[in-house]
Amino acid sequence: MNLSLLVLVPLITAITVLFCNGLRQVRAVSLIGSLVQMVLAVALLVFYWEERGGGNNAMMLFESSYKWFGPLNINYHTGVDGISIAMILLTSFVVVAGVLVSWTVDRMSKEFFFLLILLSLGAYGFFISLDLFTLFFFLEISVIPKFFLIGIWGSGKKEYSALKLVLMLMGGSALVFVGLLGLYFNTDAGNGFYSWDIIQISEMNIPVEVQKIFFPFLFIGFGIFSALFPFHTWVPDGHSSAPTAASMFLAGISMKLGGYGCLRVATFLMPEAAHEYSGAIILLATIAIVYGAFATLMQKDLKYINAYSSISHCGFVLLGIGMLTQTAITGAIMQMVSHGLMTALFFAAIGMIYNRTHTRMVAQLGGLLKVIPFISTVFVIAGLCSLGLPGTSGFVAEMTIFIGSWENTDTMYRIATILACTSILVTTVYILRAVGQTIMGPFKHAAYNQLTDAAWNEKFAAGILIVGILAIGVAPLWLSELLVSGTDTIIKHIQSAITI
Amino acid sequence: MWNDILALLKQELIVCFIILILLIIKVGAAEWKIDRILMLANVLLLANFVAGFVSNFEGSLFNEMFTTNRLINLEKNMLNLATLIISLQSYNWLKSHKHIIEFYVLVLSTLLGMFFMISGGNLLIFYLGLELSTIPLAAIANFDLAKRQSSEAAFKFIISSAFSSGLLLFGISLVYGTTGSLDFDVIGHMLTGTSLQLFAFILLLSGFAFKISVVPFHLWTADVYEGSPVAVTSYLSVVSKAAIFFVLVPVLYIVFKPLAGHWYNMLFILSILTMVIGNLFAIRQNNLKRLLAFSSISQVGFILVGISGSSQAGSASVVYFLLIYVFSNLGAFGVVSFISALTGRETIEDYKGLYATNPMLSWVLTIALFSLAGIPPTAGFFGKFFLLMAGAGRGNYALIVIAALNMIIALYYYLGVVKAIFMEANESPIEHLKVPALPKMGMLLCAIGIIVTGFVGWIYDYISALSLGF
Repeated sequence: MNLSLLVLVPLITAITVLFCNGLRQVRAVSLIGSLVQMVLAVALLVFYWEERGGGNNAMMLFESSYKWFGPLNINYHTGVDGISIAMILLTSFVVVAGVLVSWTVDRMSKEFFFLLILLSLGAYGFFISLDLFTLFFFLEISVIPKFFLIGIWGSGKKEYSALKLVLMLMGGSALVFVGLLGLYFNTDAGNGFYSWDIIQISEMNIPVEVQKIFFPFLFIGFGIFSALFPFHTWVPDGHSSAPTAASMFLAGISMKLGGYGCLRVATFLMPEAAHEYSGAIILLATIAIVYGAFATLMQKDLKYINAYSSISHCGFVLLGIGMLTQTAITGAIMQMVSHGLMTALFFAAIGMIYNRTHTRMVAQLGGLLKVIPFISTVFVIAGLCSLGLPGTSGFVAEMTIFIGSWENTDTMYRIATILACTSILVTTVYILRAVGQTIMGPFKHAAYNQLTDAAWNEKFAAGILIVGILAIGVAPLWLSELLVSGTDTIIKHIQSAITI
Repeated sequence: MWNDILALLKQELIVCFIILILLIIKVGAAEWKIDRILMLANVLLLANFVAGFVSNFEGSLFNEMFTTNRLINLEKNMLNLATLIISLQSYNWLKSHKHIIEFYVLVLSTLLGMFFMISGGNLLIFYLGLELSTIPLAAIANFDLAKRQSSEAAFKFIISSAFSSGLLLFGISLVYGTTGSLDFDVIGHMLTGTSLQLFAFILLLSGFAFKISVVPFHLWTADVYEGSPVAVTSYLSVVSKAAIFFVLVPVLYIVFKPLAGHWYNMLFILSILTMVIGNLFAIRQNNLKRLLAFSSISQVGFILVGISGSSQAGSASVVYFLLIYVFSNLGAFGVVSFISALTGRETIEDYKGLYATNPMLSWVLTIALFSLAGIPPTAGFFGKFFLLMAGAGRGNYALIVIAALNMIIALYYYLGVVKAIFMEANESPIEHLKVPALPKMGMLLCAIGIIVTGFVGWIYDYISALSLGF
């Protein structure tokens, strides 16, 4: 399968959107484009299974490479392994759901859908890139659309949030940029040959001193995308000001770019430094988990609740990566997928509630289950997944991370694991409280009696995400088997580096 | 001999020929209509640009005083392109003036001067070209005769240019005194790094720094840019700057190669100062022309980062960046100049709500600003990336970190403009403006250049191959 299709389809969709007239055409084109993309993603999964089943043990499959800037060794090099496929699947699900919940955006709809699709293009390109330049290019492409999405269609102090988010994320990518340059100029294989290629670099031995200098740049840079403490402050503002679809994309896709980058670029290419700094990573991740959970307790706005809990949940991703054991890393990737689906569903449900009640304050809502049972059920499912109920993807992912973390016998790592575990309890408190106050109990407003339940597009959007959550929650093995070859490569690379 | 002159001086002769045609029209008996003159001038400039691509030769004339090769040819084509775009974009502004033939004659003389400057293989020719490219500019900076600001700008410009020329001449004379030659090739071999030669080099570099407004030699820039008509401002900030860089790069890499250790440290400090101060001043600007002026100062800082890197990558990335800079800066100036010519409004507040009334102009300006900020998928991303990459080639990562941080600061004020255009409401927004065909062509040319250049990999490959000599 030609992976460039994954970039071309959104590109064509986005360009077609520009030539459409009116909301009906625009949303139809966007939906068709994103559905085609979802079919492609599923097809990619099937082809991948076939290839692996046929005994293809290459590190990356479906590779293709085109020269872009010859003198600078820059190629458009693409390829996927199980990890990228999981991320691509996640992205395609979230994009379809995001397009569906934006069904009635009638203000500047052309621009809105264009930017949504452009954002997803950046994410797809990022996940298939095997060339660090291309990867960085796509990473930055996915940032600027957020500025417009939040600033134009957002709510509250939207301009401030948009600016803050973009500047912080661009700050992150500036760090990544320096890290990448440092990495590039130290890939000398002896004859003045430098490389941007992930596979080639992974076969070279980057000097440990160099790794120690540039690993923090890359890890913190990508970490900012993934709400690494103390660079998480864009998350609450950005998420709460963004329109529903943009929140879903932000939490469901963008934050995953960071986690994926931390794993694929920082940790995989500089394993010695990752080992060296693993204590610091775990410390920051644990702070994010615990702090995020407690900060959520204090929130009264549903979007803020989900935004702060995202900080906590993304902390698990970084914790899993920092633990450097295969189970923990598998768990981290599962958590990325699970959190992406769950948080998108959560934001979708919040958006649906907000569209009807025009408030997101927990205290002003109540009794919604009686009038809008479908949306309320979706909300409950998202909440249960967030607190890690068995049967949902959240349980599988967090469990895997904890088991993986416990494999580390060092005392400090154990303490971090225990602290992270206890945050689950806090999660339960705030989720159950928010869910209970919002959908149970008496009405707070008489007007809530007149609310209408979800339309077909909203049901469809929620349905897709719930299918994803249950597919991982009930039958997690397919996902862990999908990831196994990718994590194998990474963990072998790390272990060989550490033992030397 | 005559064949050689015809072949090698082709581009210069064409420019002279165009000047001649315009002068004949001027002194001719019949008064031409302004529209016709504008059309003719743009057609001639287009012809000039196209002619730059056919039958090019390499070689040198007059004892190596004048050389040309494929890189120089490309650089001249870039200047031609920029002049054409500026001419297209200033259509509305020119239409309101009577003496437009003089405008074109003056602009073309400066272009001629730049051509000689770039081709010069000798400090004397270089200096002659530089003066020819500077003095007429002062005249057109004063083109809005009725405006006091315009005369003020012209006066500041001529004074500061004269001062920098003085520095340059002093430097040149010291170079001649210590090496006994004015030829670039000879000087390169005769330099030994004595303190007098170093002093001469510092004087020369200061002269250059004045012209490209490197901090701390930048003080004239903002006032001149603000006071001059926007067409002149864009010409100053793109064409004359690019021309100076085209000379500065070989002068540093070839002529002053023996002093590389010294100028490397100087460029390190100058580039940091220029980026930081340019950006910090730009943040506080409310007038878009001034904002672009300071932002173009900080862009110069980034170019210096590229020059301070390894030589082939440095030269290639600088030329490549300048090509992209032509599109991005002219795109931004084009929109600002168009709006300023029709409505006289130039502040960021005036641009609030622009998207609702003028979507096309808004998009061109936004794309151009993103390109200046270095955001993909615009070409500016590739330009900045390669500049900093060339800079990092020497392993000076402190410089790269500072440059990367400055990109964030720059992004802040560019986004401020974008925010005003797209997100903020305005009680009296700029009304819907109908864009005539010629300025529209100029703007779209920039927009297309910004979007396409980065994806066509062979442009960089070509420039890089031409820069092999360094």
